[in-house]
Amino acid sequence: MTSKVILLAHGSGGTATHQLIEDLFLPRFNNTFLNDLTDSALLPVAGENILFTTDAYVVDPPFFPGGDIGRLAVNGTVNDLSVCGGKPLYLSLSFILEEGFAIDKLEIILQSIAEAAEEAGVVIVTGDTKVVGRGSVDKIFINTSGIASLITPSALSVKNIKPGDAVVLSGSIGDHGIAVMLEREGLELKSGIMSDTAPLNRMAEEMLREPDAVRFMRDPTRGGIATTLNEISGQTHLGITIHEAAIPLRQEVAGASEILGLDPLYIANEGKLIAIVAPDRADMIRGIMRNNRYGKEAAIIGTVTEEFPGRVILKTKVGGSRIVDMLAGEQLPRIC
Amino acid sequence: MKFIDEFRDGGIAHDLSIKIAATMDRIGRPVSLMEVCGTHTMSIYRHGIKTILPLSIKLLSGPGCPVCVTPNSYLDHAVALARQDTVTIATFGDMLNVPGSSTSLARERAAGRDIRTVYSPLDALTIAKNNPDKKVIFLAVGFETTSPTIAGTILEARDQKVSNFFVSCAHKLIPPAMKLLVEDPDIPIDGFICPAHVSAIIGSQAYEFLAKDYRKPCVITGFEPLDILQGIYMLLEQILIKAPRVEIQYSRVVKQQGNTTALNLIAKVFKKTDAVWRGIGTIPESGLSLAPAYSPFDADDVFRVTGEQEKEHPGCLCGEVIKGKREPETCSLFRTVCTPISPVGPCMVSQEGTCAAHYKYGEG
Repeated sequence: MTSKVILLAHGSGGTATHQLIEDLFLPRFNNTFLNDLTDSALLPVAGENILFTTDAYVVDPPFFPGGDIGRLAVNGTVNDLSVCGGKPLYLSLSFILEEGFAIDKLEIILQSIAEAAEEAGVVIVTGDTKVVGRGSVDKIFINTSGIASLITPSALSVKNIKPGDAVVLSGSIGDHGIAVMLEREGLELKSGIMSDTAPLNRMAEEMLREPDAVRFMRDPTRGGIATTLNEISGQTHLGITIHEAAIPLRQEVAGASEILGLDPLYIANEGKLIAIVAPDRADMIRGIMRNNRYGKEAAIIGTVTEEFPGRVILKTKVGGSRIVDMLAGEQLPRIC
Repeated sequence: MKFIDEFRDGGIAHDLSIKIAATMDRIGRPVSLMEVCGTHTMSIYRHGIKTILPLSIKLLSGPGCPVCVTPNSYLDHAVALARQDTVTIATFGDMLNVPGSSTSLARERAAGRDIRTVYSPLDALTIAKNNPDKKVIFLAVGFETTSPTIAGTILEARDQKVSNFFVSCAHKLIPPAMKLLVEDPDIPIDGFICPAHVSAIIGSQAYEFLAKDYRKPCVITGFEPLDILQGIYMLLEQILIKAPRVEIQYSRVVKQQGNTTALNLIAKVFKKTDAVWRGIGTIPESGLSLAPAYSPFDADDVFRVTGEQEKEHPGCLCGEVIKGKREPETCSLFRTVCTPISPVGPCMVSQEGTCAAHYKYGEG
């Protein structure tokens, strides 16, 4: 560790977060369930395999165009279970509330949670509430955990990925991060950009019903698709080539990113998934995504290669190519 | 016009790269061009432009990254200011992670100092107005692009009688640095890709001496990939016919005389001063400080603090990199000791820094 104190960069989801996990957490909690660092842990319970995940939500501000911290918390947990091949069933919620937080705002958040849980088909089965003095947290923080049964015979694994596989993305990138950023900074860009927060369990389930199609899935949240693809290429020791022109990106998000000096590849999504798919099934998987309301702009954006092992390469619109590296500093803190 | 896609068209880029290759054949020798501005460096890497140019064109990165050329002593001073009770530091985000002699503003913020990121100096003024019990100091770093907005903010603070807003000024001017570079015999420059937005303020007139006195071709070029390719093509045409002059590729924004309103603001609020450029040293008349009439807003006048004794990492080659003399890969610290997570020198910190660009984008 190069810093003696926690910096915001440690929460970016990029290199600093990985360093923190590998230097401080893994050596102490070392076990076979944790060590793969997947979005959910696969656990044998009473002769069955279940998936278990947890997440914390600290988004600032708690209300943003397209959603709020409640909807985000449910969808984020549902998606972490779904991309591992799970059918999400039960969620827990813990609230840490700041003294002085308005009850009517809490009610709006709770209503969002109820609606999001109903849409995703999950049940909130246990929870906890703590209140701390003014200034000890910022308005409201939510911790979740979730349990899922396994749809596929075994959990999805990067070990299934092969050179030649297609990279399929379920829609436009950067919507959530930019929506939150514009709301938080009070930047007066009349953009209409909305967070993409959405439950992806039904889309994922339909994709997984196709035999031998989906090798692996991830939801590219904090750190954006660049971070997710780097994690995949790093774990498989294969290369990934993606095509800038093929990546769905809303004009407003592209414009806002240019103004803010951000690269959309690194901006968070909360309702997208990346699937690594057998090459001959890519069109079909894209079709399944497009039939879902949250995957209308799905696109095949790249290929897994033997070339450039461990690297993500972007073919740019102007015909150049460059490395897409892991996010190294903080890009946008507290976006989820 | 959406002003993004139109300037990233693959077909036009392909045509331009063919014209560039043909012109290079006619020139018949390798050519070194310097992009002065850090935003150009970033754009060149981000769009993979080097991978579509002939290998005989060398692009050198120049000193036009404001964070990179801000000296250690300024950061140490900013840290000392941040440690004063009741002081709030407002800064552009890029400055947060720049290492000073032994700490950075990000680490000071983690240790509890009140340090806030803003997108505009007016945001800093708003913080001052909303927090009358705080003394808000804006870290004024940047080139001619940013200095007019800071001049405007100071006039606004004066008109609104805001007495708790201050500026710690480290503004720099681009043309004196370019003069220093063309006079250095160790830096072979066949032409300049001149900054886009700095030129929107200072106009093409500011570079005339480079073409006239030093016979260096200059093209003021936009930041989009097609702008850069066209700018390079225009420079090569000048080199081919040996007729150096200042041309404006970025004509949708830049005028010959610049932005006179902005220039008047700079002239009113600032005065020219010698400035220390990190890695280069002192360049005469290459900086701006507040004119005497505005000294009540000058944090360096109002707050008498001393930063720690300045220390530079002895192995850091940022100074050579800033001048285009060395590539980051030739620095023994690059990627080993010096990474964006724990940067040693400023070229690794700033998003526009040459080392950060090489680290992040490499060449695919």
